[in-house]
Amino acid sequence: MSSAGRRPPFALALAATVVVALLLLPLAYLVIRVAGGGQVLDVIWDESTLDLVVNTVLLVGGVVVAAIVVAVPTAWLVTRTDLPGRRVWAVATALPLVIPSYVAAFCLLGFFGERGLLQQALGVERLPDPTGYWGAVAALTLSTYPYVFLLTQASLRGLDPSLEEAARGLGVTRARALARVTLPTVRPSIALGSLLVALYVLSDFGVVSLMRYDSLTRAIYLQYRSLFDRTPAAVLALVLVGLTAIALAFELRARARGRLWRAGPGTARRLRPVELGRARYAALAWCTLVTGVFLVLPASVLGYWLARGIANDRELEMPWREAMHSLGASGLAAVVTLAAALPIAVLVARYPSRLSRLLERLAYAGNALPGIVIALSLVFFAARYASPVYQTLALLVFAYAVRFFPQALSGLDTGLARVGPRVEEAARGLGRGPIATAWLVTVPLVRSGALAGAALVFLSAMKELPATILLRPIGFDTLATEIWGATQVGAYSQAAVPALLLVVLSAPVLWLVHGDRGLAETGG
Amino acid sequence: MKGITTIVVLALALLAAGCGGDEAAGGPLTVYSGREEELVAPLFEKFTDATGVDVEVRYGDSAELAATIAEEGDNSPADVFFAQDPGSLGAVDPQLEELPQATLDRVAARFRDAEGRWVGTSGRTRVLAYNTERVQKRDLPASVLELTRPEWKGRVGVAPTNASFQAFVTAMRLSLGDERTREWLEALRANGAKTYEKNLPIVEAVAAGEVDVGLVNHYYLALVKEEQPDAPVANHLFEAGDPGTLVSVAGAGVLASTDQRDDAEAFVEFLLSEDAQRFYVDQAEENEYPLVAGIDPPAGLVPLDEIQGPDVELTAFGAELESTVELLRETGWLS
Repeated sequence: MSSAGRRPPFALALAATVVVALLLLPLAYLVIRVAGGGQVLDVIWDESTLDLVVNTVLLVGGVVVAAIVVAVPTAWLVTRTDLPGRRVWAVATALPLVIPSYVAAFCLLGFFGERGLLQQALGVERLPDPTGYWGAVAALTLSTYPYVFLLTQASLRGLDPSLEEAARGLGVTRARALARVTLPTVRPSIALGSLLVALYVLSDFGVVSLMRYDSLTRAIYLQYRSLFDRTPAAVLALVLVGLTAIALAFELRARARGRLWRAGPGTARRLRPVELGRARYAALAWCTLVTGVFLVLPASVLGYWLARGIANDRELEMPWREAMHSLGASGLAAVVTLAAALPIAVLVARYPSRLSRLLERLAYAGNALPGIVIALSLVFFAARYASPVYQTLALLVFAYAVRFFPQALSGLDTGLARVGPRVEEAARGLGRGPIATAWLVTVPLVRSGALAGAALVFLSAMKELPATILLRPIGFDTLATEIWGATQVGAYSQAAVPALLLVVLSAPVLWLVHGDRGLAETGG
Repeated sequence: MKGITTIVVLALALLAAGCGGDEAAGGPLTVYSGREEELVAPLFEKFTDATGVDVEVRYGDSAELAATIAEEGDNSPADVFFAQDPGSLGAVDPQLEELPQATLDRVAARFRDAEGRWVGTSGRTRVLAYNTERVQKRDLPASVLELTRPEWKGRVGVAPTNASFQAFVTAMRLSLGDERTREWLEALRANGAKTYEKNLPIVEAVAAGEVDVGLVNHYYLALVKEEQPDAPVANHLFEAGDPGTLVSVAGAGVLASTDQRDDAEAFVEFLLSEDAQRFYVDQAEENEYPLVAGIDPPAGLVPLDEIQGPDVELTAFGAELESTVELLRETGWLS
């Protein structure tokens, strides 16, 4: 790290600071709310708050473990082995990312619930209750394991074969090489993916509400709905920020030991795929199971609702206008968030210092906050101090950027970590200024990571609901609000159309996350 | 940095295109609606047809919209707040103006704010939804108080976090006192009542046989029947004066910060017009009660004046909510 200790250009530091300051607006709002009320300690020391924290930690832990168990073996199988049809499996196992978690919960309940598809198919009187902890873990795993899957897969693809080959050359068995060389190298990606999962789980309300699981986020929503005082909700939200800090610390530890650059860009070759032999039947069964549970099952429930709607002659319209709104707002969000993440990513990767690290961590601080907290904080600031942008598309896009910032950052981070500073140093040595270097050298090299980050933001924004409801311009319906509106009145057959359209429109974007072709080109 | 410039220009262009925000007087009327678009959108169209005034509607959850109005303060773009329940209206009543007496007088005093800041626009009763295959009509309880008996063990669904259930508990507190309400809540919990998030999932659960009966508002039955016409579920009314038969309202109020007072008041008046009230009877999917005298309720509903709910004032509910929530918390219904 020859660049350690170098002072970053002023413009870069300023841009990063401004971005972080904007990202911290929701926190500022919470502090204002809490300072206004008097019962902070009452809420924090309340026994039920402790229960909520324990419940929330259990939920995050359960989902992160489940996501790793599902994602990492699958990523290895589709990337590093001769699994038959691995390209198809790679797409199919990443696809659940485009299913909103509340839709996932509706689908699981529609399948396993009372009078659900399973019970009808089996013709039995009663099945175990699918709600509660395990239901919440299942639904959240469904919509979040692809984060770990995609990041692990990208990192496995970019792996320098010489490491594993060297280990094998030293007489180490394949299994040991996997455990001692490959896994530690991809560990930062797994950690980063797990962090995204944890932040998502901390902030998600739809699933815990439908599965009736008492987490902090559910309690925060209920506090807001009980109308008479917004202070307790704000206190609970700050507790959530505390949990985020712990998750960040974990991730930092897991990643600290794994960061490495390929010594000389341009020299890497692709690894020869591992031959599975007979094990490929087990591998195929595993992929079938993952795809069946996390993709085919929810899709068939949606299909069933749609069929029921058609059979009952309900009015079903194609929500094209809403689809255009979703695509437009999400596309803007992807670009804006990526642009905002760039200064911070560069600062951390190229000018590592305690300060830059702090800025990066602060950028995460508000990301586990539930959508309603972020929405109300922006209502508060915008209605009071920036009324021209209040209830405009600009503010909605800004809200998406605040919520999904880490996803853009994770993409850039993965990209930058693999480029290595020496190429840039060469450009500087040839007399280019720092901005020209960034533009001419760094940006093209991290293109694939940047695209992946932007695609993740896009997909998340397509699904976003709570902030969209409160902050969208009036009449700006999206696919997500359409689904919400229909489920509010129990019209599942009418929710199925926008839900399926959301999945179909989001799916092609996965290719971007997936492609990683820029890397293949630059890496030879 | 060309990309960033492009984005900024693009965003500004979209802003200039007028995606919302400021509104000159005489522009469209802005309504925050906690009532679902599926249910009330035709009402807004009718108003525009009748008056020529365009309406822009922000749909959302009533309580979340109340919180939004509170955070917006005097800068709220909303002119009218059209809410699902008196609680949400009560939560922002300092920000509501007093309505004209002629508008208020369209409905009975028990269906409006005592200080005239909001008025009920449609009515709903609390009922016991029951599964017609699993519960015989003659076995249905006469009073909500009977649900704590052993024969109902594990068979009752409730939504303790939902505003309408909390309003019912408030009604019970005001009519029977805090102690009896506390005992009932504890007994119901001990009797294994299942909790749900909202009314609608309860009626769905009753239809599915997950529970046999559920405490809900009457009109969710129609919504479930719309999606599943053969669902074996029906509504049962408790006896006269029972707290389980609370009659409540959805209502509307005008924001004091509005810059279109005349249009806003005209809109609330319109909601109480014969035309709009008939909408609930003739067209609306959800079977609500009209509140203006002289208009019969939808077919199949017991007329409102034949339903005798508990003797309580809806106006008092806003101030009582905190104590109700506290009681629910103490009896273990809320975490």
